[in-house]
Order: sequence, then structure tokens, then C-alpha cells
Amino acid sequence: MSADIPPPARAGRAAGEIDLGRRARPLETVIQAILFLCGALSILTTVGIVLVLLNEAIAFFALPEVRLVDFFSTAKWQPSIGEFGILPLLSATLMTSLIAMVVAIPLGLGAALYLSEYASPRVRGRLKPVLEVLAGVPTVVYGYFALTFMTPLLRLLFGSNTVQVYNTASAGLVMGIMILPLIASMSEDALTAVPKALREGAYGLGATRFETAARVVLPAALSGIVAAGIVGISRAVGETMIVALAAGAGPNLTLNPFEAAETMTGYIARISGGDVSYGSIDYESIFAVGLMLFVITLLFNLISGYVVRRFREVYE
Amino acid sequence: MSIELSPRRTSMPHTDSEIKRNVIVRRRIGTLWRTLFLSCIVLGMIALGLLLFRVLNDAGGYVAIVQKVAPATLADRPLAELSAGELAAIVKAKISKNVYNRLDREQPFAQRSQADLLALIEERVVQVRIIDSWTLQESLFNRDAIEQAAKADDPTAVVQWRWWFHPSFLTEPMNSKPEFAGVRTALLGSIWVILLTILIAFPIGVCAAIYLEEYAVDNWLNRLIRTNIYNLAGVPSIIYGMLGLAIFVRTLEYYTSGAFVGVADSNGRTIVSAALTMALLVLPLIIINAQEAIRAVPNSLRMASYGLGATKWQTIWSHVLPQAVPGILTGTILAMSRAIGETAPLIVVGASTFIVFDPSGPFSKFTVLPIQIYDWTSRPEQTFRNAAAAAILVLLALLLTLNALAIWLRNRYRRST
Repeated sequence: MSADIPPPARAGRAAGEIDLGRRARPLETVIQAILFLCGALSILTTVGIVLVLLNEAIAFFALPEVRLVDFFSTAKWQPSIGEFGILPLLSATLMTSLIAMVVAIPLGLGAALYLSEYASPRVRGRLKPVLEVLAGVPTVVYGYFALTFMTPLLRLLFGSNTVQVYNTASAGLVMGIMILPLIASMSEDALTAVPKALREGAYGLGATRFETAARVVLPAALSGIVAAGIVGISRAVGETMIVALAAGAGPNLTLNPFEAAETMTGYIARISGGDVSYGSIDYESIFAVGLMLFVITLLFNLISGYVVRRFREVYE
Repeated sequence: MSIELSPRRTSMPHTDSEIKRNVIVRRRIGTLWRTLFLSCIVLGMIALGLLLFRVLNDAGGYVAIVQKVAPATLADRPLAELSAGELAAIVKAKISKNVYNRLDREQPFAQRSQADLLALIEERVVQVRIIDSWTLQESLFNRDAIEQAAKADDPTAVVQWRWWFHPSFLTEPMNSKPEFAGVRTALLGSIWVILLTILIAFPIGVCAAIYLEEYAVDNWLNRLIRTNIYNLAGVPSIIYGMLGLAIFVRTLEYYTSGAFVGVADSNGRTIVSAALTMALLVLPLIIINAQEAIRAVPNSLRMASYGLGATKWQTIWSHVLPQAVPGILTGTILAMSRAIGETAPLIVVGASTFIVFDPSGPFSKFTVLPIQIYDWTSRPEQTFRNAAAAAILVLLALLLTLNALAIWLRNRYRRST
């Protein structure tokens, strides 16, 4: 198109009229593209995690001395001397998580019920910050607490012959305290989402406050509470610092909570904290354990999301 | 539910007295459970109180000190009264030539302050050593028993009060002797890592939140991004550490070690690698918080802006974002306080536990406060536990400051709307 000829007007439009049609705005498109890339980075992160874990884990399982069957069936974990049974790490992880949930679920649920069903707004305003502070304490501080307070306490209560210096009970109990605020706040959200009309209906039938809470509100919010519990378990499985400090270093297949045992996260932290050389069997093994950890926590998170979607009671 | 929630009965109460008794029993059960629920929160409070008590208990108390050389034999006046020159002379006379030359190279003796020299004399000449330490609680109530125990350990021991959390704790670097160790390098490392993390994560997180709230239509890709972000928030932090180890430390070593700009004093285990890892870790938190802040901006504002002929980006940039900024900042600060306390991923990425030099830039080796706490706590000596307690106090103070900032921002925002 040469410069001296005016651009042809669109059909049916007189010259000089304002063009109200959609104009191409390259800058806007570029901005949108950049914003999309930032959003898509999260997918890249997930892909990165999966690829990295799979890549190194496959390298681990491809080693001639590692057999997949042994990985899940034998009871000794010492990769540097050729023992590859993940059971000890798995059992220690399950044990600390179980102890943590035994502490966190009842206490968290009780706290949530009190906050949502009993406390006046003023009392709530006073009590909630306590839980928020508990939630904000760094996990390494909880680890310090487990090692310097909970362990001596357990040894005092049960005798220092029964309770070892490093033990899963201490780590689990403190982990329960750490997860309590998470369960409490998620359950409280679920409880407060239950419509007031339901409670008033129960009061109208003569139920006491407790009967309303336990028989009407709690069942109505159950999906949210179960989801909170599952997220709590997933958090407990992935927690590292408390177990690294208090549960002990060295895989040990035991059901005695007063004995030292190493969890999956504890193992990863111990091996990578030392000077491990790339490509060594120890290096590959932490990725195999990491993959296992990732799969377990992902499963728990997906289940919790499913429980919320599938079993939520929707009220208008 | 199989738990007995109220008196089980086979028939409805009929007579007045039966009804009355029924109501009384039900009320009593209600009060019992109410107390139980309340005690759950009270237990949480007790746990928090015990935790703080435990930390404070280790952060101060009596220590038994042994001196290799009595300070009185060094000069005829108390050391604190001597001038810097006289102190330097004592140092020169008492320590070996090699050590003297090395220290002189680090910082010439002529330039050192009196306080510096006093500390040096304490460490190198007098060689103060803490052979035992007691908790605050023991120190307050059992002074006599402590004196006896100290004498039993070593007849020359002097019992002295010591706050482990003291000003020079902040300014001294890591030391293999807990009595002289400080958190200077760890504190600087923490600040470096956090600032870099925020520089990386904040813009990306806010951009992602804008995309998801303002642009994303409801299709499979955007739904995938959304669910993905929620799932990422649930991934254990140590897994991020492994991602950082494999990608930033190992694969991108040429960049993260600083070799591409000519810095070559370390491998990929640098501040940059740590910050990139942390950025990925806090990204979901920042995105979710920013999304909520953007969602809270009333739609009428956008409509008014479009009505005046603004484009989408103009609307977002000059109307939506200014309204959402306080909320976004609050969320970012909360994400920062999460990152400050995070330890596990940095262990995997390769934070050092023993560094005496300040980090010199983004490509230097580093340590951070939580790592220092972890290292000190895992050592068997009680004196390192004391140092760990003091370091925890520093960390908690840092977190408290950040959270106070977040609360202040939130309140200011509430008042203005």
C-alpha cells in the first residue's frame, strides 16, 4: 500500500466515522502472554518435580544390585552396603504420623468445635491468635522442643531404660502439636460454613448446645473435617525437621514408639546433609525415597480434594 | 456415631420429674463436653507456653567457667581499663606469631577497637572455656547446688551468670566454641536468601494471580493450572529441596555457581540456588493469597473503568491492582515468614553448617538461621543447645516483626475501605 492513497474505508461506513471495531493491541496481547507464562510456571514446577524424581529414581532402580521386589519386601535399608528394603523408613514414617494424628485430630477438632459453636466473637478473637502463633512456629523450633523437652519428659515418665534418647514417640507427639492448628482452622472453616438455620432448627426442637453441635453441625461438616484430617496426615508424612532432630538417625524396623527409627524425610535430610557425591548410590537412593514420599502425599491431597467435592453437603 | 452423647432411653420422659431430670442430665453432659472442647485450646496454649519457656530456659543461666590464664596476671590493672594499644601489646606477647600474623591480615591490630581486642584476649589469651551450664530455672532456685557441682567438675571453675542472647551474639560469626559463637553469618545469609526469594517469587506470583483471576477462561488448561497450584501447596518442602538440588545446584551449576560472571569460589550450592528453590516453594502461597486479594476488588470498579474506555490491562494496572495491593502484600509477608523458618529444603540444596565469613554476594556459600539452629541442636554439648536457644530467640523475633508488619498492613487496609 503506497502512502498517498488513503486506506479504503470499510464497507458501509463513511469516511471520518470512528471505527468502533475491535482493534489489535499488541501490547495487551504480549502482557497476557507473559501473565499466562507466570501461571503456567506452576505446571512446569510439577513437571520438574516429577521428572527429576522419576529420572533419578529410575537410575536407582536400573542399578544391577537393586531389585524392585526387594525395595518393597525386604526389611533392611542400607543402600551403601546393598540393602534396599524401604519398609523400615516407611514404618517409621507411618508411626510418627499416626502418633501425630492421634494428638492432632481430637485436639484440633475439639478446638474447632469450641471456637465455632461456643466462643463469643470476643473470646474467639482472643483464642485464635494462639493457634495462629502455634502454626507460625518454624518446624526446626518444634524439633528443638521435641529433643529438649518432650524426650526428657517421656524418659522421666516411662524410665530412661525404656525410652531411648531418640524415639518416634517424642517426634510424633510434638508433630501432633504442630499439626493441631492446621486441623483446627480447616475444621473450623467447615463448621462455620454450616448454615445457621440448621442450628436454629435443632434448638427449636429442644436440643442443647452440645447436642446441636455433635448431632447436627458436626455431621453436616463431616466432609470438610475428614479432608482436614487427610491434609494433616499428608503434612505429617512430609514433615522433616522434627523427625530429623528427635526420631533418630538410622533405619530401624520396629513397632516400639520408644525406640529410635528413621523416617523417609529424616533419611533424605541426613544423606543430603552430608557431602554426598552426584551419581553415588546414596544420592540416587534419596530420589527413590523422595518419589515414594511425593506419591504418598500427592495421593493424600487428591483424596482430601475428592472427599470435599464428593461428600460435601450443599445448603442454600 | 457410637459414642454416648446423651442419656440413652427407651421411651420419652413423661412425668414432670422425669423431664426435669432428663434436662439436668443433658445439660450436665453438655457442660462436660464444653469443658473438654475448651481444654483442647487450653492444651494448645500450654504447649505454646512450654515451648517458649523451654527456649527461654536455655537462653540464660549460670555457667561454670575455667580460665587457662588468669586475667589478673596479664596486667596490673583490670583489662577493661586498658587502652586499645596496651591490649594489642598483650595479644602480641601472648599468642603465637603465626596466629598473630593471620589475625593481623584479617584486620590490622592498629585498627581494632578496644571491645574487639578484649573479646580477642578472652578467646585467645585467657582462653575462657565453659565446662558446664545450667538452665534459667535451675539458676534461679538452686544457686548453692550449682556452686558445688561446678567445684566438683573443676576446683578452679568460676560460676558466672550468662545470657546467651546478648548483643555480640548477633555480631559474632559462627565459632567452633559455643561460648564465642554468634549468628552473624546465619542472619546475613537468611536476609540474602529471603530478599532474593521475594524478588523472584513476588512478581511471578502476582502475575500468575492476575492471569488466573482476570484473564483465565474456564477451560481445561486453566482448570489444570488452578488444581495444580493447590496440589503444589501440599507438596512436602523437602521435595522442593530435591528439585532444587537436581535442577539449580546440579544442572544449572554453571549459572548458579556464578561461573558465567567469573565468580568461581564455589559449586552450585549458593544463595541463588537456595533463593530459586525457596521461590518455587512459596510461589503457590503467594499466588493463592494474591488471587484472594484480587477477587475481593469489587467488580463495579472494573465496569466503571471499562465504561470510560480503558483497556483490560489499563483497568487492571490502574484500578484493580492498587486496590488489591495491601492484601497482596500481607500474603507475601506471610509467605516470607514461612520461607524464613523453612529448613529442610535448604539442607538438601546444601546450606553449609560452618561458615565464618559473611556472604559476599548471591554466588557465595551460605548458611541460614534455621540451619544454624538445626546444627547446634543436633550437637550433644549442652552449651550448643544454649546457643541454639538464643538463635531461636533471634529467629522468633524476626518472625514476630514480619507478622506485626502484616497485621499492621491488614488493619490499615481495613480502615481505608
